[in-house]
Amino acid sequence: MDPRAPRQEAVTAEIGQAERTSVWSPVKPGTWGRRVLQRLTGLREFNILVALLVLGLFLSVTTDAFLTTGNLFGVARAFSLTAIVAIGQTMVILTGGIDLSVGSVLALAGLSTGMLLERGAPLPVAVLAGLAVGALVGLVNGLLITRVGLPPFIATLGTLSIGRGLVYVLTKGYPVTVPYDYQAFIWLGQGYIWIVPVPVVIMVVLTILGTIFLGFTTYGRYIYAVGGNPEAARLAGIPVERVRLLVYILCSTLAALAGLILVARLVSAQPSAGLGFELPVIAASIIGGTSLMGGEGTVLGAVLGAAIMGVLENGMVLLGVSTYAQQAVTGTVIILAVALDIWQKRRRARVRRARS
Amino acid sequence: MSHQGQGTGAPLAHRYDGEGEAMTVPVLEARNISKRFPGVVALERVSLCVSPGEILAVVGENGAGKSTLMKILSGALQPDEGEILLDGRRVRFSDPRQALAQGIGIIYQELSVIDTLSVGENVFLGRLPERPGLPGSVDWPRLWRDAARVLERVGVRIDPQWQVRELSVAQKQLVEIARALSQDVRVLILDEPTSSLSLQETERLFEILRGLRAQGVAVIYISHRLEEIFALADRVTVLRDGRVVGTLPIGEATREGLIRMMVGRDLSAYYRAVRSTPGPIRLEVRGLCRSGVLHDVSLRVRGGEIVGLAGLVGAGRTELARCLFGVDPVDRGEIRIDGRLVTIRNPRDAARHGIVLVPEDRKLQGLVLILSVRENVTLPVLAQLGWLGFPSRRAEERITQLFVERLRIRTPSLEQRVMNLSGGNQQKVVLARALATNPKVLILDEPTRGIDVGAKAEVHTLIAELAEAGMGILLISSELPEVLSMSHRVLVMSGGRIVAEFPREEATEEGVLAAATGHQVTV
Repeated sequence: MDPRAPRQEAVTAEIGQAERTSVWSPVKPGTWGRRVLQRLTGLREFNILVALLVLGLFLSVTTDAFLTTGNLFGVARAFSLTAIVAIGQTMVILTGGIDLSVGSVLALAGLSTGMLLERGAPLPVAVLAGLAVGALVGLVNGLLITRVGLPPFIATLGTLSIGRGLVYVLTKGYPVTVPYDYQAFIWLGQGYIWIVPVPVVIMVVLTILGTIFLGFTTYGRYIYAVGGNPEAARLAGIPVERVRLLVYILCSTLAALAGLILVARLVSAQPSAGLGFELPVIAASIIGGTSLMGGEGTVLGAVLGAAIMGVLENGMVLLGVSTYAQQAVTGTVIILAVALDIWQKRRRARVRRARS
Repeated sequence: MSHQGQGTGAPLAHRYDGEGEAMTVPVLEARNISKRFPGVVALERVSLCVSPGEILAVVGENGAGKSTLMKILSGALQPDEGEILLDGRRVRFSDPRQALAQGIGIIYQELSVIDTLSVGENVFLGRLPERPGLPGSVDWPRLWRDAARVLERVGVRIDPQWQVRELSVAQKQLVEIARALSQDVRVLILDEPTSSLSLQETERLFEILRGLRAQGVAVIYISHRLEEIFALADRVTVLRDGRVVGTLPIGEATREGLIRMMVGRDLSAYYRAVRSTPGPIRLEVRGLCRSGVLHDVSLRVRGGEIVGLAGLVGAGRTELARCLFGVDPVDRGEIRIDGRLVTIRNPRDAARHGIVLVPEDRKLQGLVLILSVRENVTLPVLAQLGWLGFPSRRAEERITQLFVERLRIRTPSLEQRVMNLSGGNQQKVVLARALATNPKVLILDEPTRGIDVGAKAEVHTLIAELAEAGMGILLISSELPEVLSMSHRVLVMSGGRIVAEFPREEATEEGVLAAATGHQVTV
């Protein structure tokens, strides 16, 4: 139809030939299994999993107590709260933001539920109220960031302080005790499903839901796009502000849920609950491969990040390392994990530059 | 072939004319430079040289090896084989600092000035003069004085005390050039320096480079724009696939010849003639105003019509595109699509009504570089591709595959991150994404900026095909030959207004330029 067409095709073919040898070609034809293996080993999650297994193997050999069902589930229950909040935090960080207020939200939501239960409110009302408080703080965070235009760091630093202040005002510094007749609530923190602690079950379920959300839904993709390039996302017609609002609400709601679980576990709401909690949560995300620049990271990585910190802590206890030294080790792990990632990326970039 | 014009073959530095071959000692010479990266040969026995008072242009498609070569010459990379001679002596640079100390400076496309410091501080960054006897204390009067002297040598009127952030991109570039010159650079390498300059600024830069040439500085100039090379260079070296295809004095080079050398074949369809006939009015804009930016802009684009929008940088072309696409709000004015009045408050509204924009800066505004080809292409239509917020992977792949084939996007797979594609293929991904929304009106803002000749021709073909399929196209481009050859009509903007309109037959470079610079207004 177009007399020019064949010539155009020829040009294309020839340029294509030239580019094929020089510009790109990371994927060499290989067996399916090899490709899968390559993809897996390239993932941060894979690195952490290997590290986790090595660490587990080491602790199994060196200590008697580590490789017991009771200890393993105990460890999992200990890091499950960090992991649950890290799921939300990861979504926030994916958009290029940060939520420092999670610890305060955890305390405030737990306290709200605790106070309602103390006054004899019906369980569903108390639970929903606690979660609603979390969602509300998330909404405030989101609005401060999207409407007022505050940087996420500042906005959530503010709500971190406000939240904690509210907790102290409401409790005057005294813990609030949950009456023992709320066994169904206490089960949330202390119960088991078969042999698995309930918080661990919740963590697993949320990990699956979070992975599905980020990996398979429209809004999940929007989150990555907003973090990867907000301007391009906006020009592609993505409701950028709505996406941002959503992640802060999700993050705070998950922090609230963690707060409820903690209250159920302790059967009381402590005013100092979750103090400084933002740091291990952010650390879990980052160890799990989430980039603070946004756009890169997964829920699974964050949960594994929380797991490795939990196992490490447990291992140090079992090996009799002093509590004071433990913090330093955790810090070292954060730095090593990210340094390793940067080193890997640099190597890959070098290979890529070579091609262009 | 690759040894042409080097060594004793004598470069024709025109300033050292006559029989005096012995006088044309190149200040910088690269001999048989090879560079391999794992799995790829980036440069293969590349040789070139440049003499004092000469401007050497280096051209080649993306991936031809230009950047690698320049990085080697400026010390950012080390060659695997071959040698670099400076004033005939063999040198080895282990980093750019050493190269600079020996008199080789490079100005990259991405500027490296510090916005929050003054011009003077930028010029003498890392070498601020200190008060005698007071180490660590800056001798400000001397800094301003020295900086003023260097800036004068560049031939630019900028106060050394100004903050760099107040300068235009072009001025920032000149500050970088001044910085290089202040370190007694004898070889100045510029990598695509005009990619974000207006016509006037480009011309100004050329004057300055010619001035430096007269002072005996050797300039290596890398560009995609062949027009510039003919306007500026004394000689031109063409690279293809990491090899030197040839080096010619500019007098012996022709546009077609260079293109043939760059792509390895004749590319006479450089600008493709558009054969579609305009149909009914698709987009009608009346009295569009945005305070301080657009003044009473009215225009029409018919289906199947390509309307070129020419003008200098800052004339309001990009601003108009952004307003039409709902990125920036307008104060007044009407937009009609197929005769129906529409309200556009954001890009989503625009897309819903069938207007889509391919933005000017593909990396900053067009692409999410860390996402894959598939994820980028389907981004605006994701919500329509599935059920209950779960987009169907198969539908995504089908659409992406369709556009990858239709636009001839060369990528190893749909899952490749777009940051790993070449510039031309990235631009096609942006186009694919725009087309995925099935628009009625396509606004293209500098669709071929910074992509190589071959990819350019393909993009032009595509634009023509889209017009033939009935789409209305508004084409913004700073390359006049592109606007003139692609468009049915050319509108010229200046100062936020449309100041002239030319039908295709009457549009000439001179006429459009005159209107754009406000010398002569024809309507």
